[in-house]
Amino acid sequence: MTLERHKYDVLVIGAGGAGLRAAVEAREAGLRVAIICKSLFGKAHTVMAEGGAAASMGNVNDKDSWKVHFRDTMRGGKFLSHYRMAELHAKEAPDRIWELETWGALFDRTKEGKISQRNFGGHEYPRLAHVGDRTGLELIRTMQQKIVALQQKDGRETGDMESGIKVFAELTITDILKENGKIAGAYGYWRESGEEVLFEAPAVVIATGGVGKTFKITSNSWEGTGDGHALALKAGANLVDMEFLQFHPTGMVWPPSVRGILVTESVRGEGGVLTNNLGERFMFKYIPDVFKDKYADNEAEADRWYEDQDNNRRPPELLPRDEVARAINTEVKSGRGTEHGGVFLDVSKRIPAEVIKKRLPSMWHQFYELAGVDITKEAMEVGPTCHYIMGGVEVEPDNAAAVGVPGLFAAGEVAGGMHGSNRLGGNSLSDLLVFGRRAGMGAIDYLKKNGANPVSDASIAKAKAKIQAPFDRQGGENSYSLHAELQEITHNLVGIIRTGSELKEAIEKIAEIRKRSANVAVSGGRVFNPGFHLAFDLDNMLLVAESTAKSAITREESRGGHTRDDFPEMDTKWRQINLISSFDGEKVNIREQALPTYPQELFDLFDIHELEKYMTPEETSKGGTK
Amino acid sequence: MARNVKLRIWRGDSKDGGLKDVTVEANEGEVVLDVIHRVQATQMGDLAVRWNCKAGKCGSCSMEINGKPRLACMTQVASFGDDETITVTPLRAFPVIKDLVTDVSFNYKKAMEVPAYEHPKNLAPGEARMEQIDVERSQEFRKCIECFLCQDVCHVVRDHEENKKSFAGPRFFIRIAELDMHPLDMLKNRKKTAQEEHGLGMCNITKCCTEVCPEHIKITDNAIIPMKERVADIKYDPVRWLGTKIRKREGL
Repeated sequence: MTLERHKYDVLVIGAGGAGLRAAVEAREAGLRVAIICKSLFGKAHTVMAEGGAAASMGNVNDKDSWKVHFRDTMRGGKFLSHYRMAELHAKEAPDRIWELETWGALFDRTKEGKISQRNFGGHEYPRLAHVGDRTGLELIRTMQQKIVALQQKDGRETGDMESGIKVFAELTITDILKENGKIAGAYGYWRESGEEVLFEAPAVVIATGGVGKTFKITSNSWEGTGDGHALALKAGANLVDMEFLQFHPTGMVWPPSVRGILVTESVRGEGGVLTNNLGERFMFKYIPDVFKDKYADNEAEADRWYEDQDNNRRPPELLPRDEVARAINTEVKSGRGTEHGGVFLDVSKRIPAEVIKKRLPSMWHQFYELAGVDITKEAMEVGPTCHYIMGGVEVEPDNAAAVGVPGLFAAGEVAGGMHGSNRLGGNSLSDLLVFGRRAGMGAIDYLKKNGANPVSDASIAKAKAKIQAPFDRQGGENSYSLHAELQEITHNLVGIIRTGSELKEAIEKIAEIRKRSANVAVSGGRVFNPGFHLAFDLDNMLLVAESTAKSAITREESRGGHTRDDFPEMDTKWRQINLISSFDGEKVNIREQALPTYPQELFDLFDIHELEKYMTPEETSKGGTK
Repeated sequence: MARNVKLRIWRGDSKDGGLKDVTVEANEGEVVLDVIHRVQATQMGDLAVRWNCKAGKCGSCSMEINGKPRLACMTQVASFGDDETITVTPLRAFPVIKDLVTDVSFNYKKAMEVPAYEHPKNLAPGEARMEQIDVERSQEFRKCIECFLCQDVCHVVRDHEENKKSFAGPRFFIRIAELDMHPLDMLKNRKKTAQEEHGLGMCNITKCCTEVCPEHIKITDNAIIPMKERVADIKYDPVRWLGTKIRKREGL
């Protein structure tokens, strides 16, 4: 049978927000673009984003500006974010939101008719553009429909709607192909038929999202298997700071089948409070020193803040996610949790039922249908769930180019650097718009100097053999059981609280599963066979888990989404270091790399006393780069 | 409190297939998708089923459960009796690929046929001002998660393959209604094209689509009927008909 082949200028792997935004950018510049999605078009994990997209439009509080947003982002990430990414993100987010409106998006409005903005953890002012609690759906649908608009334009011009941009749905990429040191294309298979496909494209944008499925309790769907992280590693790119995983403080905990499903931070943004089984509003006990001047230490002030933000400090329920997740974890471990191992989150006492249903409609629906809980009358039970990975492909901030691999770009959750050690809620949807577009721009620029780079027969043969291998084995390992074993290891040994000895054990066990996974066998045929699909997803998850565990054992401090029981303090020395993962064909290796120092104008945006909490005296006395 | 449930799962492909009986454990609070996954992991490694979010937000796990189009992730096992067999079959209106997975490309083709949103030419980004009450009408339809249960249940196409060519289906009637009610959309005649090109007239308002919508969108009452009424108004009111001719005004 002849191999199905396609030639494009740009191949976008991943059809979530970042991928679609990159595709729009590249197509509008006249390039031919293929979009690959592992699911059906429009089902990517972006639909699950609930709270909103952070952008300092200043529609609700006009004191907001990109500078305040930049500061909040750097603080949230405990000053480990790449300053340039955080700067670009804060500056460009408002334009990206307004642009969506010109494509038909309908955000909720303020009284003046502007886009409404809501409060969220770590954001000084109301900043999240939103549509109830289904903002991600609005984003993905708007971009999906923008792609259709571009296809209709191409149809009018060429008679073929798919001549300039085509969506390949339910297709998995198994290899990114290089020739002569540069990107040449990618290889994969149709999930429906199991048949193989070659894409020849000199520029590839990876926008595959996260890695949540490596963990047992996660808010991520089956798609979050770290495909892009692993593909990039194997193609010679680096991953940066893979130890930083965000455990969202509020996932559902009961019944067991819904454990991990996200409960939006908007519940707290709208006034929801966290209590333990003693009825104590415990977050007041967990305000870290670095945030003491910004968060209320008593209930009266916290409550007043909802009405008067200028004269009161914020409620501690709205601390950055890492702080809240650790606090809940401590409460539960200390025996103050709920019957099912969570804590209570209650919005019913503060907000009238009809307002809850209007502002948090999908939360109401989710709890009512899945847990039999009416959140307008009673409290929810919540606990931490693996939600987001801050670490990811090391990229050039301005054009999202993957360091070390010409022609490769990465944007969205799969890219690293932007969020440092902890991402603020709402910064993900804006991140994928800002850097999705920049990845598209990066590809456009790259193609001005680089043309087609044909894929060799040798590369095709190698990619082909890999896909066939699990079918040829008899009586080998079951990919479902190996996946479950991996999830146990990450959950128990690489979870919210880590220690050196457990991480060492995790690294050994992951290596052992990887050895066994080389012997995975698949039953059944190639047509829509989930066991076969999981075999490849598993390979990616194992590589990502190895990178995370090795990065985590190296970083001997606690910061953001990385907490070490044996090194509980934040260490100024470690703030200056990124941990870089690379792959030598057999194993992941970790090395230290110095973070760039801030330019003077960004350094000057902070009060020096705040920087002193994070930086060494040498750093603060030296100041920014002139 | 685990118990055993009897499942009858349709297994097969585009050529052939039939119902297979299995017994599988179900835990408290589990949904049909959970037990299907357990069958997949323990008894039928190659059982094909689509799913993503498992929280009723993405619309991937659409199937027919005891003959009713539903999301498997939002259907509680406990909603069936202890001795009841739960029968799961693929969506009937679309061709089977394998087991519970169907070829839903019909819907994506129809999506490409609905003319896109047209933004006012001189309205720069950030300048739009809209009242909340005005955006809410379209927002109701934008809640759609594209599970295509409404497309599956609609009797115009459910057993009438021949109608698919000229009928966009409820999902795309709400898409057209959404654009038609969008405070800023500039494209005229959306209702007229709904009638003339997308088969709005073939709908005879049995409201089956509204009944199966997991987002509780009032597809018939809020989208289809208002569009039908306006089409009828303008088509059959002689004064308004004349008005569209004389003043060259686009009435729909």
